[in-house]
Amino acid sequence: MIPFDYERATDVDSAVATVTGDPRASFLAGGTNLVDHMKLGVAHPHLLVDVSRLPLDDVAELPDGGLRIGAAVRNSDLAAHDVVRARYPMLSRALLSGASGQLRNVATTAGNLLQRTRCVYFQDVTTPCNKREPGTGCSAIGGYVRYHAILGASEHCVAVHPSDMAVAMTALDGVVVVRSADGDRRIPLSEFYRLPGDRPDRDTVLAHGDLVTAVELPPPPAGNRSAYRKVRDRASFAFAVVSVAAELTIGDTSITSARVALGGVAHRPWRATLAEEVLVGSPPTEATYAEAAAAELAAAQPLPGNEFKVALTRRVLASVLRSLAEEARR
Amino acid sequence: MNVADSPRYRKITLTVDGEERTLEVDTRTTLLDALRDHLGVTAPKKGCDHGQCGSCTVLLDGRRVTPCLTFAIAHDGDRVVTAHGLADGEVLHSVQQAFVEQDGLQCGYCTPGQICSAIGMFDEFLALHPSAVTENLTAPPELTDDEIRERMNGNLCRCGAYPNILAAIRQAAEA
Repeated sequence: MIPFDYERATDVDSAVATVTGDPRASFLAGGTNLVDHMKLGVAHPHLLVDVSRLPLDDVAELPDGGLRIGAAVRNSDLAAHDVVRARYPMLSRALLSGASGQLRNVATTAGNLLQRTRCVYFQDVTTPCNKREPGTGCSAIGGYVRYHAILGASEHCVAVHPSDMAVAMTALDGVVVVRSADGDRRIPLSEFYRLPGDRPDRDTVLAHGDLVTAVELPPPPAGNRSAYRKVRDRASFAFAVVSVAAELTIGDTSITSARVALGGVAHRPWRATLAEEVLVGSPPTEATYAEAAAAELAAAQPLPGNEFKVALTRRVLASVLRSLAEEARR
Repeated sequence: MNVADSPRYRKITLTVDGEERTLEVDTRTTLLDALRDHLGVTAPKKGCDHGQCGSCTVLLDGRRVTPCLTFAIAHDGDRVVTAHGLADGEVLHSVQQAFVEQDGLQCGYCTPGQICSAIGMFDEFLALHPSAVTENLTAPPELTDDEIRERMNGNLCRCGAYPNILAAIRQAAEA
């Protein structure tokens, strides 16, 4: 690891100014991903600006019935928060399905959003990787791709975003609040992450020095049912092969609202708008669930070795929708 | 090596197992290495050094964490309790005693981390934190065996002493 300087930030604006003015500076929050990457040689900042103790650790209800989640709120605290458990259970479920108790006690909201892919080639500095070193090639294409994309990938990168929390927040229409040297801006989660294209080194639309200060969730629709289901290779402490965050509201004869996002399948949490279009206005039946899943997966382009994820995603999505409808009937 | 690449040293103060300790660390030093190599507190064990095995688990300002994944420099002024600081003189902490009585170990390497993790886990449970296997998110959880297994997912035991680790944690929970 190369030597680096460390500063504990005293306020948001000066932290933003410091990192904005130094291309080799980096924000440090919980560090569960960044410290690991510094050990592995994946990241090598010359200056760490520690924002973990800034007063961004509040969860506050908004006047419109929504929720504002501070960037430094620990994952464990967010999952256990009364309002999240009662009104956004999908978010609690997603958080609790990730990592371990020790890591959730340290990992923050913003750090979770900005964690990087667990693609084994990205994390192994001895292999070419366009995300780590643009232009060197992609070792995953033709390699081990069980945890890689089936949607929205490019010839340059087939990595997936590893977060569970971000999948739930994407389904919940979360909005990321960002401070930059020019002031605040608000970015919907559906526009926050990039597809890899020819710049897979850029995970998000953030510029260097932008600091995530909060995520806001609008109020959930009345009477909704929601779930987060994660399929993984062992029962606990594992990243998703595929995950589904889904919320349905069901009227007398048809589905009146649907919000669905998929994890483990793309470079970003994948908002399943095509599935949603099929669902809304349709009766809650097997045919509807199958049609919705098929619509979303029609564009899937699996790699040799992860073809199974197309059928798996289709089945898990249909199964989650079925469970929600059954729950609504009870 | 030019000046920009030379190591940076900083003085920090930690309260470790109740004792205030001042030390000078390279900014690159993890909290785990500061405890073990600078302060000689070797109860937290280095297993994977990547936050995956839990053998280094300590209580940092009361919460269980893996000190291998954080820099010591980020913890100036913080309070660390390791397995070494749990006993009251000759009287073991109830979780330590339960591990002895239930034979919750074989080689013992993961044990200090298991014990600190279990103590942190109990505090989370008492604060009514749910887990991934909690059926009802809005009701107080019950500490079933499945709950204990899930909540202890961050601590691996390569000897496979899990049945007795579970028994020890159950005993301590019921005490």
